[in-house]
Amino acid sequence: MSEDVLVRLKDVVKEFPVKTGSGFGRHTERLQAVAGVSLDLKRGETLGLVGETGCGKSTLARCVVRLLELDGGQVIFDGHDLSDASPAALLPYRRRIQMVFQDPYGSLNPRRRVGSIIGDPFEIHAIGTAVERKHKVQDLMALVGLNPEHYNRFPNEFSGGQRQRIGIARAIALRPEFIVCDEPTSALDVSIQAQILNLLAELQAELGLTYLFIAHDLSVVRHVSDRVAVMYLGRIVEVAPSESLYDHARHPYTRALLSAIPAFDPDETREHAAVKLAGDPPSPLDPPTGCRFHPRCPRAQTRCMSEAPSLLPRHGDGPDHLAECHFPLADGETL
Amino acid sequence: MAAEPVSDGALLEVRKLEVAFNTPDGMLTAVRGVSFDVERGRTLGIVGESGSGKSVATQSIVGLTSGARISGQAHFEGKDLLGMDEAQLRAIRGPGIAMIFQNPMSSLHPLYPIGWQISEMIRGHESITRARARKRSIELLARVGIPRPERRVDDYPHQYSGGMLQRAMIAMAVALNPRILVADEPTTALDVTVQAQILRLLRQLQDEFGTAIIMITHDLGVIAELAHDVLVMYAGRAMEHAPQRPLFHQPCHPYTQGLLRSRPRLDAVGGRLTPIPGQPPSMISPPPGCPFEPRCELSFGRCSEVPPLLAEPGGDASHLYACWLPEAGAGS
Repeated sequence: MSEDVLVRLKDVVKEFPVKTGSGFGRHTERLQAVAGVSLDLKRGETLGLVGETGCGKSTLARCVVRLLELDGGQVIFDGHDLSDASPAALLPYRRRIQMVFQDPYGSLNPRRRVGSIIGDPFEIHAIGTAVERKHKVQDLMALVGLNPEHYNRFPNEFSGGQRQRIGIARAIALRPEFIVCDEPTSALDVSIQAQILNLLAELQAELGLTYLFIAHDLSVVRHVSDRVAVMYLGRIVEVAPSESLYDHARHPYTRALLSAIPAFDPDETREHAAVKLAGDPPSPLDPPTGCRFHPRCPRAQTRCMSEAPSLLPRHGDGPDHLAECHFPLADGETL
Repeated sequence: MAAEPVSDGALLEVRKLEVAFNTPDGMLTAVRGVSFDVERGRTLGIVGESGSGKSVATQSIVGLTSGARISGQAHFEGKDLLGMDEAQLRAIRGPGIAMIFQNPMSSLHPLYPIGWQISEMIRGHESITRARARKRSIELLARVGIPRPERRVDDYPHQYSGGMLQRAMIAMAVALNPRILVADEPTTALDVTVQAQILRLLRQLQDEFGTAIIMITHDLGVIAELAHDVLVMYAGRAMEHAPQRPLFHQPCHPYTQGLLRSRPRLDAVGGRLTPIPGQPPSMISPPPGCPFEPRCELSFGRCSEVPPLLAEPGGDASHLYACWLPEAGAGS
């Protein structure tokens, strides 16, 4: 493993049992939410992960931080395989891996004071005396732009943006190396979203953090990420440095996603609105054969129905731009 | 501005609308003196952040805000909406002004088939047979792009995906061929790909039937896609009101400027964003002057004392904004 890789995912698989049918036909099927994902995260980088609802991006995030057990594959953190680690064996790594959640309302206990919520990590890992903890918490509050005097307030006294700051303070309390941000700004208004994105960038520079940044808003992902991975029905279909992905997308699905972004400006002249991505993603209970995108793909041919493509460089791209497609788009080619 | 309806072409004329709610914490005035016109075949975008009053403003004029104290005027095709009783309003909702909401799942009854719900709505307004209404429902579902509508008409809401449900809601909303379609964050809960489909569908319906649309959203991208005119709201007040292009290219109000600046751009990677500092004011005890004053970098003495009214400081009657800055500039 090369030295600068902090997190390595190898063929990660996660399945959920789902009850289907009724009466005597009632049975349990296995829904493959993550269907063999391999990704590397380099130390200090931000990897963006985008995809539509139900593509498995949040499930993948929960696998990475081991909030969920894997059904296959490996999660390797700093050279240590965490895939089968017991909760006790995981504890030292929990300090180094943290998560920021989407819903700043649902992820804070309304009956606990903010100081005690942010101080939780110190308590769990038995760090410092009560007085020291309070000082640390107040330092953290100042660091994320909260007034340290609000130590004894309850979450409902804070706005959405401030609550997200509380969540971030809690996540960085133990000086982790790696933070998974699961849609951290999608519940926030635009003007507040910009504040939180700036805060995350400042903290990354200051603390040398590595981020896995999950979002459905492609402009946000583009803004924060060094590299971006696109997920569709449990698979990574394309991964590339941000600029390369947004300017030279190879996979038809990536192109379709990009073309669906609303205009930034009324006069924008992007390849736009012309691309028709019909219908909805198919059910992950019964994923299509071959390439999972073929039923919606305007470029699909017979080969796509039978043979699954693999994630490879296409059209002379370097090893950092991979696409899972038999008939990738060349530069200048339109969907 | 004159209290009487000014332009003769407007379908809906709202003047000095105020909506207040009595809450345990005190009187909350959600909308403070907002005026706008809606014209046939055009789309008015109302943009604002959460709590700006953008949804309440439209819901209140069709009688969907129970317990609210409403003042001002709202005339639909010359008829005074605010003076109507519930039965009269019900006759307007649907054939006159139809609404689509953000969350289609909670706007449909989970235990009745989708087609049945559309048919019942039609039969509530027109006396036609069940069979005819069902046929209309199938046609409507086909119109909004539901595949195999003759079969899907008997499906229950849980059998539809989010995008299909929003299409079904649109089918129901356009069933009576309304003059105005109010779309309240219709794509916020949807993925971008589905959002693009829904926006395209709304544009097609407008082109075909000349329906006026009020698009309520927090997303300036949706405004850039769809709106002809834009009303920017903040803390219950109208901050800026302009045609779409001038609003994006020559925004006049510091709030509009801040909102446009705080968006991440697709064509510029990294770097810092320019957020608006601070957070929106409390609606129960708002600042006495301009509601944006506490967050505004250009504010001066007068801003915190007297709220500015929507005016045309630039001398352009189509581009209005509520700000004291032009007067300060003229005085110095």
